[in-house]
Amino acid sequence: MASDTTGKPQPATLRVGALDAFIASDGAISLLVVLLGFLCGTVLILAVGRNPANMYAALLQTLTGFDITRGTWNARYIGEWLTASMPLILCGLSMGFAARTGLFNIGAEGQYVMGLTAAQFVALYGPRISGLHWALALLAGLVAGALWGALVGWLKARYSVSEVVATIMLNYVAYFLSRFLTQLIPAANTYRTPAYPETALLKNALFERLTNGSRLNTGLFVVALCVLFYWFVIERTKLGYELRATGFNKEAARCSGIKVTRSITASMAISGGFAGLAGVIVALGSFGYGRVLGGLDNYGFNGIAVALVGNSTAGGTLLSGLLFGMLASAQPLMQSRQIPKEVTWIISGLVVVFISLRAGFRMIAEWRQKRIAEKGGTRDE
Amino acid sequence: MNSLFRMIPSVLMMVSPILIAALGGMISERSGVTNIALEGLMGIGAFTAATTHVLLEATTPLSVWIALLVAATSGCIVSLIHAYASVSLKADQTVSGTGINLLSMGGTVFLCQVIFRQERTEPYKLGMMPGLGGIYPTAYIALAMLIATWYVLYKRPFGLRLRACGEHPAAAASAGIDVRKMRYIAVLASGAYAGLAGGCLVLTQTIQYTNMTINGAGFIALAAVSFGRWLPKGILGSSLLFGTAVALAIYMVNIESLRSLPPEFFSIMPYLITLVTLVIFSGKDYAPRACGQPYEKGGS
Repeated sequence: MASDTTGKPQPATLRVGALDAFIASDGAISLLVVLLGFLCGTVLILAVGRNPANMYAALLQTLTGFDITRGTWNARYIGEWLTASMPLILCGLSMGFAARTGLFNIGAEGQYVMGLTAAQFVALYGPRISGLHWALALLAGLVAGALWGALVGWLKARYSVSEVVATIMLNYVAYFLSRFLTQLIPAANTYRTPAYPETALLKNALFERLTNGSRLNTGLFVVALCVLFYWFVIERTKLGYELRATGFNKEAARCSGIKVTRSITASMAISGGFAGLAGVIVALGSFGYGRVLGGLDNYGFNGIAVALVGNSTAGGTLLSGLLFGMLASAQPLMQSRQIPKEVTWIISGLVVVFISLRAGFRMIAEWRQKRIAEKGGTRDE
Repeated sequence: MNSLFRMIPSVLMMVSPILIAALGGMISERSGVTNIALEGLMGIGAFTAATTHVLLEATTPLSVWIALLVAATSGCIVSLIHAYASVSLKADQTVSGTGINLLSMGGTVFLCQVIFRQERTEPYKLGMMPGLGGIYPTAYIALAMLIATWYVLYKRPFGLRLRACGEHPAAAASAGIDVRKMRYIAVLASGAYAGLAGGCLVLTQTIQYTNMTINGAGFIALAAVSFGRWLPKGILGSSLLFGTAVALAIYMVNIESLRSLPPEFFSIMPYLITLVTLVIFSGKDYAPRACGQPYEKGGS
């Protein structure tokens, strides 16, 4: 995109000012979009007659553990913040990986549910060997999510079924399937199964001690590995190159010998794997028993916002996952400070809407470039 | 069999909102704009309808109808965001649709907290009253909208123009049709339809709005659009089928022969059927050809 300016008179391109540099930078736009989201949230809270300072106090307490009104400090809030961020980062990676290969994966929610369900089964029926049990559950969730994603990719590549429609359908198929399967477990009632054995849990004694008994767990290592894996595959491997090439131009990729069907299926499988792991981390990290889902957890849908703000890069997704995790985990603190906690969802929603309006910036940039090119022709005689 | 007959009013109650929302989705997609925001727009319609009805219930007997009108209007207003992003700014239509879905989820409950100081609206005393044979008026509304939509899309020049924008916008533009205006009208209409659908749903099926009121109905409507192959009669069929599946999932406990099946069996049906038919008919493209693509003026 930046190469548009080559071949134009040099002084004209130099005159492309701060505004254009800003528009060209995805990171700066994400920052602006987030700030706008917060601004709107603040105005909204003012409009309904509450004090926005309370919202920021709640956010500060989530980030640092410091309660500014009482002057107390509790590391548990930091732990809970990270815990809430983990599935969001993974679902963001899921959405982002698909997006980098030109696919829109609204199905992270369904892949998350499949991962969660598989993990619940392994947790209840797997071998109760310490260290192996939860590792098996992680693997099962990874595979379940990956298969659920690969199915979409295969349908898309083989039968050209739109991945948007297919993933929306599969989200609900996964949800009802999970409910049905989990209720088959003996001694499960309509909302939960018996408790997991201790060996299945992702508990981490060190993290618990450091964060004053928060639910922060071994999943943190999984998330860190996933972020590295994402960066490595996309930027440093032949597979990543092929996937991105397919995303840019399917036909061109096919012509240069890339197996497009395989690329799309592989991409959706990896994408689904991330979401599946998110399901495992929630199932075994935040809960001690299997859940019969009463509704969608919405991590998958929020993952879309995470990936969009993070521009589908590894580092960006990590940061935006932490941001949205902060919003999610600040909810109870806001409610206790008389701020309706749904304001955080509104901010997430607004951020996505603003990002869709980002196309407008591109139009401004094109228009300016045209103007500069025209002017450049006359001035630099 | 008798119990199946007695289910007809409940089936129609389930079918009506799905049919109305699906018709809206069809109009939008026929003009070339995908609308995955149906779910969110239905939520907004349901919330505004429930709120209006709670507040006006005691003062006027027309409260239900005013509530439906408010629901359609608010759906229409919110869909303006989608229209602006996808038509004027040529943004990714899936992204702006997702944005509206997220916004609706938070926005409606936020307003509940502000207005009613709880995470749901106050329950109203009486919802919409069923008419002859226990059939709710929403069924007639849905039928009227089906006929009107069919008439406008297939029997009026306006409808022909609108459909042309979804098949080949450049050709439509060269014939003097304002593609942008057509798409704006279509998206706003789909917003009004979805808002009305949400209102119909909340006033017949429940007594208050919660964040679980819509629970996938908008996505079922989206499925009904593609399973109905973007045709009014097809959408009537798919809505009847999916609505019946939804009703069976709820009322199957009353039917002897079905009691042994899990309710999830019926809940899963609309999604599974849509997925399977998408695969079976994948060779033939029934979708509007330019659906989902922004229209670039002057582009080839």
